[in-house]
Amino acid sequence: MRINPRLIDKLVSRTLSMQAYFTVGILVIIVFIIFVKGISNCGLSFMLTYPEDMGRHGGIFPAIIGTLFLVALSILFATPLGIGTAIYLTEYTKESRFTSIIRFGVESLAGIPSIIYGLFGFIFFVIKLGMGWSLLAGAFTMTIMILPTIIRTSEEAIKAVPKNLRIVSHSLGATKWETTVKVVLPSAAPGILTGIMLSIGRAVGETAAVIFTMGSSLRLPTSLMDSGRTMAVHFYILAREGISMEKAYATALVLVVSILAINILAYYTMNKVTSKYS
Amino acid sequence: MESKIRAENLSLWFGDAPVLKGIDLEIYKNMITGLMGPAGSGKSTLISLINRMIDFEDKVKIQGSLSIDGEDILGKSVDVVGLRRRVGTVFAVPLPLPRSIFENIAYGPRLKGITKKTDLQDIVEASLKKAVLWEEVYDRQQTSALKLSGGQQQRLCLARTLALQPEIILLDEPCSGLDPISTAKIEEALNELKKDFTIILVSNNTKQIARATDFSAFFYMGELVEFGATDKIFTNPSIKRTEDYIQGKFG
Amino acid sequence: MSPSKAVLKERIIKQILTACAFSSLLFLFLIFAFILVEGLPLFYKVGVKNIVFGMKWAPTKGLFGIFPMIVSSFLVTFGALFIGAPLGLGCAIYLAEYAGRQQKLFLKPALELLAGIPSVVYGFLGVIYIVPFIRQFIGGSGFSLLATSIVLGIMILPTIISISYDALTSVPRSYREGALAMGSTQWQSTSRVVIPAAKSGILASCILGMGRAVGETMAVIMVAGNALKIPTDMLDPLRTLTSNIALELSYASGDHRMGLFSTGVVLLSIIMVLNYLANFVIRRTVIK
Repeated sequence: MRINPRLIDKLVSRTLSMQAYFTVGILVIIVFIIFVKGISNCGLSFMLTYPEDMGRHGGIFPAIIGTLFLVALSILFATPLGIGTAIYLTEYTKESRFTSIIRFGVESLAGIPSIIYGLFGFIFFVIKLGMGWSLLAGAFTMTIMILPTIIRTSEEAIKAVPKNLRIVSHSLGATKWETTVKVVLPSAAPGILTGIMLSIGRAVGETAAVIFTMGSSLRLPTSLMDSGRTMAVHFYILAREGISMEKAYATALVLVVSILAINILAYYTMNKVTSKYS
Repeated sequence: MESKIRAENLSLWFGDAPVLKGIDLEIYKNMITGLMGPAGSGKSTLISLINRMIDFEDKVKIQGSLSIDGEDILGKSVDVVGLRRRVGTVFAVPLPLPRSIFENIAYGPRLKGITKKTDLQDIVEASLKKAVLWEEVYDRQQTSALKLSGGQQQRLCLARTLALQPEIILLDEPCSGLDPISTAKIEEALNELKKDFTIILVSNNTKQIARATDFSAFFYMGELVEFGATDKIFTNPSIKRTEDYIQGKFG
Repeated sequence: MSPSKAVLKERIIKQILTACAFSSLLFLFLIFAFILVEGLPLFYKVGVKNIVFGMKWAPTKGLFGIFPMIVSSFLVTFGALFIGAPLGLGCAIYLAEYAGRQQKLFLKPALELLAGIPSVVYGFLGVIYIVPFIRQFIGGSGFSLLATSIVLGIMILPTIISISYDALTSVPRSYREGALAMGSTQWQSTSRVVIPAAKSGILASCILGMGRAVGETMAVIMVAGNALKIPTDMLDPLRTLTSNIALELSYASGDHRMGLFSTGVVLLSIIMVLNYLANFVIRRTVIK
C-alpha cells in the first residue's frame, strides 16, 4: 500500500515544528523557573550588599564586582588582539600558508574545552608566573578563551564591508591603515560589537576556567592581584555545596538576566548590520 | 603645449592575457584628453596605472614606462600614497563614503593633515562650487552623502577629488549611469576645471568625447589606434577603424 | 617620491598586526606545551597502559587508572548525541526548510539563546528537576548516565542546530526547485535532495556537538554522581575526564596534580581528534 506523500509531508511538517517549539520551550521553561524561584530573593539590596556566612545570607555585591572586573579586563586585552588579528587576516595579507596556519590556530583555540583553559591558566599564570589566584590570572585566561570569538566575528564583519569603499579611500590618498581606521572599521563596528558582546556573555557565564585561575574568595577584590569570585562561580558553590537554594536561585536570576540581555542586544546589533548591506 | 603624462611602449598583462600592447601616448597639461574604445580595449586599465589602483589586482605584469612630469610612476620605490594625492580619480559609479557631505569632501584634506575647521570649510565650499554642486547642498552639508541623487553623488565625488587639489583628474566613465542633465552639469564643470588641472576622461560615449575633450585617443583590443586633436579625429580620422567606431558601426 | 615617514609607519603597523595574528598560535602552543609538560612525565613514570587502561584511580596510592573515565566520557557523549542529534536536526530542518520568515525571526534567536545559558545553570536545573525525577520514577540515585546524557543533550543543541542549519541553507536553491518542479512534496525534496546534499555539514555538526559534550565540566559534575567505575546501566553514576580534573585540582599536589594533567592530555587528544574530524568532513564538502 502506498501512503499519500502529501499526508506524510503534513505529518513530518507537524513533527518538525513540534521539535522546534519543544526546544524553544526548554529555554522558556529554564528562564521561567529561574525567574519565578529567584525573583522573591533578588532585589537591589541583594545586588548591593555583602554576603554573610558563605553566602547563606546577604547579597552578592563582591561577586558582581568580581564579574565586572573579569569581563572588563579580558575584553580590554582580547579586543585589540582580536581585531588586530582580523585586520591582519582580511586587509594586510593574501590567503597563504601562514594565514591558514593562523586560522587553524584560532579554530583549535575555539574547540578547546574550558576545563583545559582552567588547567592551563592554573599552571601557567597562577603557578609558573606566580600570580596566584587573582583577577589578573583569571582575566588572562579568559582573554585567550574569548579571543577566537572576537577574531571570527570581527573577520566576518570586516569582510562584509564593500570593497569599493576601500578603493575610494585609497584613491583619495589614504594609506592602508588610514583606510582601515577611517572607513573599514567604522563600517564593521556593529559586527565587531556583536562579537564583543557574545564574548562578554561567555565570560560572565564561565565557571571551570575561572574558578582555578581567579579563585573563589568572597571578599571584594581591591587589586588586580586579589582573588575574587564571579557570579557564576558563586552560584556554582552555593548550589554544589547546598549552602542556600534561595540565594542560588537569586544569583542565577541575576546571571541569566544579564546574559540574556547581552545576547539579545548582540543579536539586535547584528541584525542592524545585515540589513544595512543587504 | 606642455607634456604632463607620457607612456612609452607601455604593455600590461593580466596573467597571460595582454591588456595593453605597446602604448605610446602623451597627455598635455591643462587639456582634456578623452580615451574611447569598446569594452575591453584597455582604456580603463591605462587609467588604473596612472593612479596605481592597479596595485589591487593580482598577477599583473607591466613593461615599458609611464611618467608624470618626467618622473617614473611605475617603480617599486614610488610613494603611491603621494601619487594618489596628485592624481584624483572619479569612478564610473558614484561611490560616496557612508558619511556626511562635508566629511566626504574633507576626507582627503584631513589625510593631508589639514585639521583647522575654517580651512576645511573653505576647501569644501570651493570644491563644491567647482563641481557645480554648491547651490544644491550648501544648506545641508551635514546630511549623509548617501541621501543625494545619483547625479549629485557623482558631482560630490568630483568635488571630493578636487578637494585633494591634485594636478591630474581621471574620470573613468563618470557619466555612464547619469541622466543627460547631470551629464551636462559634469561637462560644464570640466570645461571650467581644465584651467587648473590636466584631465583625462574615459568614456564609451563618442558624442561626449567630441563635446568635452581637446584631444582624443581611440583604443581597440589593447592597442592605441589613433591619437590627435579631437576636431581632427572626429572630422577627418586617418584610420578606417576609428571612423567606423565614431560612426557607431561597432563598439 | 621616495619612501616617506608614512611608508615607515605602515610597515610598523603591519608588524604589529602580524604579531597580533601570531598571538593565537603562541597561546595554542603555550596551552599544549604546559599541559604536556605537566602531564606527560607521569606517563613515563607509571606507564601509558596503567593510566589509559588502568581501572583504578587512587592517586595517593600511586594508582592513576582513568579507563573508567574515558569510557564514561564517551558514554555521556553518545548519550548526549542520542538525545541532542534528532532533536537538533529536527529544529534545523524545520528552520531551514519549513519555517516562514516571521517564524524564523522568532525561532532562530530563541534557539541561539540556549547557547548563552551558562553550563552551571543547566547543571543546577538538572540536579533540581531531572535527577529527582529519575530517582522517583525510574530508579537509582538519579545521579546517572541518563541524567547526564539528558543535560548534555540539551546543551549541545545550539551547536547542532546552528551548524546543520548553515549546511542546509547553503544547499543551492536550484536543487530544491528542481525537485519541487518535478512534483515532489516538500518532505520528498528535503529528504531526498537537500539532506543528502548537506550531509557532511550535518555530520560535522554532530562531531562538534560531541566535542562540546566531551569537554563540558561543571554541569556534568553536578548531575553525574562522580563514581569511580564504569557504569553498566543507564542509571549508574559515573565520572568523566573533565569532572575528574575539576573535582580534584583545587587540592591536588605532586604526582596527584600531575595525574590530573595526564587526564587533561587524554582529554585534549580526544578533542583534537574530534576537531580534526569535523574539519576534515567540512573541508571535503567545500571542495565538492
